[in-house]
Amino acid sequence: MDQSLQIAAAPPTRRRQISDSTIQRLFIMPTLLLLILWNVFPLFYSLFLSFTRYSHSGKLPPVWIGTANYDALLSDPKVWLNFAITGRYALLAVLFQAIVGFGLALLLRGKFKGNGLLTTLILIPMMLSPVIVGMFWRLIFNPLTGIFNYLIGFWNPATAPIWLKDNALVSVVIVDVWMWSPFVMLLCLSGLKAIPDYLYEAAAIDRASPWRQFWRITLPSVAPLLLLAVLFRTIEALKAFDQVMGLTGGGPGNATETVSVSLYRMVFQGQARTGTASALAYIVLVVTIGISNVYIWYLNRMKEA
Amino acid sequence: MASDVSAKRTFAETGPSSPVVESVRVDQVTPRAKTGMTVRLLLAILVAFIMLIPVTWMAMTAFKSRPDATASPPKVFFAPSLDGFIGLFTNRTQLSAGALATEQERTDLNFWEKQALARGMRILGPSKFVNQLQNSSIIALTSTFLAVTLGLLAAYAFSRYDIPGKGDWLFFILSTRMLPPVVVTIPIFLMYRVLGLYDTHIGMILLYTVFNLSFSVWLLKGFIDEIPIEYEEAALVDGYSRLQAFRKIVLPQCVTGIAATAVFCLIFAWNEYAFALMLTSEKARTAPPAIPSNLGVGGIEWHVIAAGSLLFLIPVVIVTFALRKHLLRGVTFGAIRQ
Repeated sequence: MDQSLQIAAAPPTRRRQISDSTIQRLFIMPTLLLLILWNVFPLFYSLFLSFTRYSHSGKLPPVWIGTANYDALLSDPKVWLNFAITGRYALLAVLFQAIVGFGLALLLRGKFKGNGLLTTLILIPMMLSPVIVGMFWRLIFNPLTGIFNYLIGFWNPATAPIWLKDNALVSVVIVDVWMWSPFVMLLCLSGLKAIPDYLYEAAAIDRASPWRQFWRITLPSVAPLLLLAVLFRTIEALKAFDQVMGLTGGGPGNATETVSVSLYRMVFQGQARTGTASALAYIVLVVTIGISNVYIWYLNRMKEA
Repeated sequence: MASDVSAKRTFAETGPSSPVVESVRVDQVTPRAKTGMTVRLLLAILVAFIMLIPVTWMAMTAFKSRPDATASPPKVFFAPSLDGFIGLFTNRTQLSAGALATEQERTDLNFWEKQALARGMRILGPSKFVNQLQNSSIIALTSTFLAVTLGLLAAYAFSRYDIPGKGDWLFFILSTRMLPPVVVTIPIFLMYRVLGLYDTHIGMILLYTVFNLSFSVWLLKGFIDEIPIEYEEAALVDGYSRLQAFRKIVLPQCVTGIAATAVFCLIFAWNEYAFALMLTSEKARTAPPAIPSNLGVGGIEWHVIAAGSLLFLIPVVIVTFALRKHLLRGVTFGAIRQ
């Protein structure tokens, strides 16, 4: 149809036109080329490395050792510990983000003055740089000079909890919840705004209690968006790196060493076990791809709806 | 229930307190509902206040002097000082008593030098941070420009043409964004070392461009999809070429979309940490990995770190306000429109 339109048109000054298929190629190729060079090629390269013994700080070329890296990793209790830490962190963070975010959305759904301004103010944390946020919370959590303990009611530094030492993982979760609950809120708000008023009117006429209205109207309408938010936050939590590095650097010991942090330590600190790290990266990759696919599939479905 | 009835009766007597301009649900203009709204507003203000405490605290710490910043218990009221910013931008040296006296006699000192002198220090020169902030700006701006330009072209093609395997391609493009940075960094690090792109501006620009591309394609495709195709068809009938139609019809129509996309890409590149940490060291180091590592040398100088963080966060806060209408769309890759 486009073709016929172009033929039908007879502009006064007609230069030689680029055909539609050329435009297609010219427009799409640079993007695909960059993505393939920077994502697909590296992935194949690290797949190869994951089957070798290799250290990028040494001079030796990679030596093929089959699946030895994978065997070693999967039987290493530390790797399982890292996964367990990541899982616990993701579960706690996402759970509280969902609760707090949904609660905030319910609070801010009403049409009152200053609502827009307040919503934007609450959204600020999620736009900030995670590493700087994490680092700054270090001062806030500090038992002597930080304000966190004072704010939650521990006025005596001697008896107050030392967050980054005794409850490091909880601290990371607190920061993550502070930062990302607004994200869940934003999505839930859009779901809440889409609920037509007449549903509540009809329910009120039928004498449905507010509680029942919540369960039968509010929650089902927001559920898809809440789920989307939870999925997205889960993927992000599994990648957790920036905040953790800023806040605890993986410590104390390896109490907050998520898989990403342990990968970083494996490659860029100590012995530079590039081959083993590549194998671990692949394990992480498979897990993330599994969950990401659910997310992308869901996004596509939402777009069609 | 009884109180409900009585509330409604008083409302029936008095009527709505303000004129009802648009159609409003009757049960939402009752005094009771209005009290509910006030309570909500107050609660919302409280929540916003609590959410902003850490950021406010950072801003306050940035203007504290060194002893105030690490006072125990923490100080809420303090005499503002510019020590943090001086520490951030300059390398200083502590002066001996004799040198201090000669220095104090000089009359050609500028404002910053006087501030430093008041603490017995002389400014030697700009610190690394100036350079790192500059790197951040160059890398973020250039990569955003590239990502939006390339993304716009690809988005247009995906939006307007029937490309075979379109869904799969779009899926592939988005999936690249889901990869954990740490996972792709190892091979990219090795690749960059071979190509000589390690610790270079161009390497970081290309990397951020690629990382933002998937996002910009998805977001811009959503914006272009909303422009009725009929406009272009009319233009084509009138003798415009495809490219002219693209430039004169599509571009002006999605200026807002382009701006929103650009700002999101800019924030990502500005805030990015993992890649910058692993792929730069000196020359091309950006501010996010530098603020925690460089500034903390020799006892943590919290007022300096806070000053750096504050300067770094201000642009993002401003931009968040500018973006507020598009935030939802941005964070969901264009899937949800407000």
